Amino acid sequence: MTYRSHADLGGREESRRVVPEPDGAQFHAPWEARAMALTVAMGASGLWNIDESRAARETLPDYERLSYYQIWLDALQKLVDERGILREPSPLAPRMLRAADVAGVLKKGAPTLRTSTRAPRFKLKDRIRTIGGDLPHHTRLPHYARDKLGRIERIHGMHVFPDSNAHGGGESPQWLYTVCFESGELFGGEGAREALISIDAFESYLGPA
Amino acid sequence: MDEHEHDHDHPHPPHAPGESIYDARVKALESSLVKKGYVDPKAIDEIIDTYKDKVGSRNGARVVARAWTDPEFHAWLMTDATAAVASMGYEGRQGEHLVAVQNTAELHNMVVCTLCSCYPWAVLGLPPTWYKSAPYRSRAVKDPRGVLKDFGVELPESVQIRVWDSTAEIRYLVVPLRPVGTEGLSDRQLMDLVTRDSMIGTGLPRAPKIA
Repeated sequence: MTYRSHADLGGREESRRVVPEPDGAQFHAPWEARAMALTVAMGASGLWNIDESRAARETLPDYERLSYYQIWLDALQKLVDERGILREPSPLAPRMLRAADVAGVLKKGAPTLRTSTRAPRFKLKDRIRTIGGDLPHHTRLPHYARDKLGRIERIHGMHVFPDSNAHGGGESPQWLYTVCFESGELFGGEGAREALISIDAFESYLGPA
Repeated sequence: MDEHEHDHDHPHPPHAPGESIYDARVKALESSLVKKGYVDPKAIDEIIDTYKDKVGSRNGARVVARAWTDPEFHAWLMTDATAAVASMGYEGRQGEHLVAVQNTAELHNMVVCTLCSCYPWAVLGLPPTWYKSAPYRSRAVKDPRGVLKDFGVELPESVQIRVWDSTAEIRYLVVPLRPVGTEGLSDRQLMDLVTRDSMIGTGLPRAPKIA
């Protein structure tokens, strides 16, 4: 299986500065607003889930050259093409988001917390080591935090597992933890006091220290 | 569909050429999806209006100002931010599971999503461009103090920097330290001191104007 994300940017060599932007700035062209809203509306159709949507974005070959809403639109187009939505016969959408329902749907969101069906493997303050190596599928374990020693800082309940949900494997909920690392462990050199960095990690990303 | 193919050999900054191409592409895709009955165009307008006018960083500012003045609410916010924030009417999409983190004199929190652009829409609205940019996403975890400098923020060495990479569906809201000299201010006046960046952790609240 080949799968390559172009979106895993944490810790990468980068010499450019961050360019702040005034509060309230949202769209830089009217089409960006429509691309955002079209993506949100189609996201509510039930034709695909948010993890499939993220996977479609991060695997765009020219991801790094595109602006944010270009990525959104290209990924939406890709999903539409892959699902044959504009061909005949087109698949039936489970839902259509109507104007009158927008407020209610946005207010409800799409919670990912599921009922706990087993006990968590780790407890607060446990030392863990994250798994290493290549993960040839959509995943939420960034490269910079692979095969690293950290500590369990928060436990969030069982949540939908994106690695499975992005590939038609169902929600397969897992325990979700906030795992905290010292920057020296992640990036070497700089010294432990430099910063503390956490990720939110699913249980299968973690093993004992 | 490969209208963007011809961009391949010409790297360009975000928002440069391609713009009119994308303008046409959004229109084409929207009209096809409407024709097929997948999309209600009025719903598209409604979504845009929601994030232009209703759901933005003033929501978060109201939450923070209240947390500064109401200890009971502050305690609730720190233990169950999702419920505390929902009690003020802010909930739902990209705010389903909220955690509030408190800055102190010794600890400064900062939020990033290195994998995409996860952001607490329900309290802060849509993310600014820099939050979604490669420089922020790559450097926030490796060089947070350098990133803070880009925002004109320099914190004493004694302050511990704490970066939250939102890699799952938990969304983080930074509660900045209340500026000194704001004792007599109303919630409304306090709100105006709470900037969007101060709730992401790349900025500090504004200082109060001397009356």
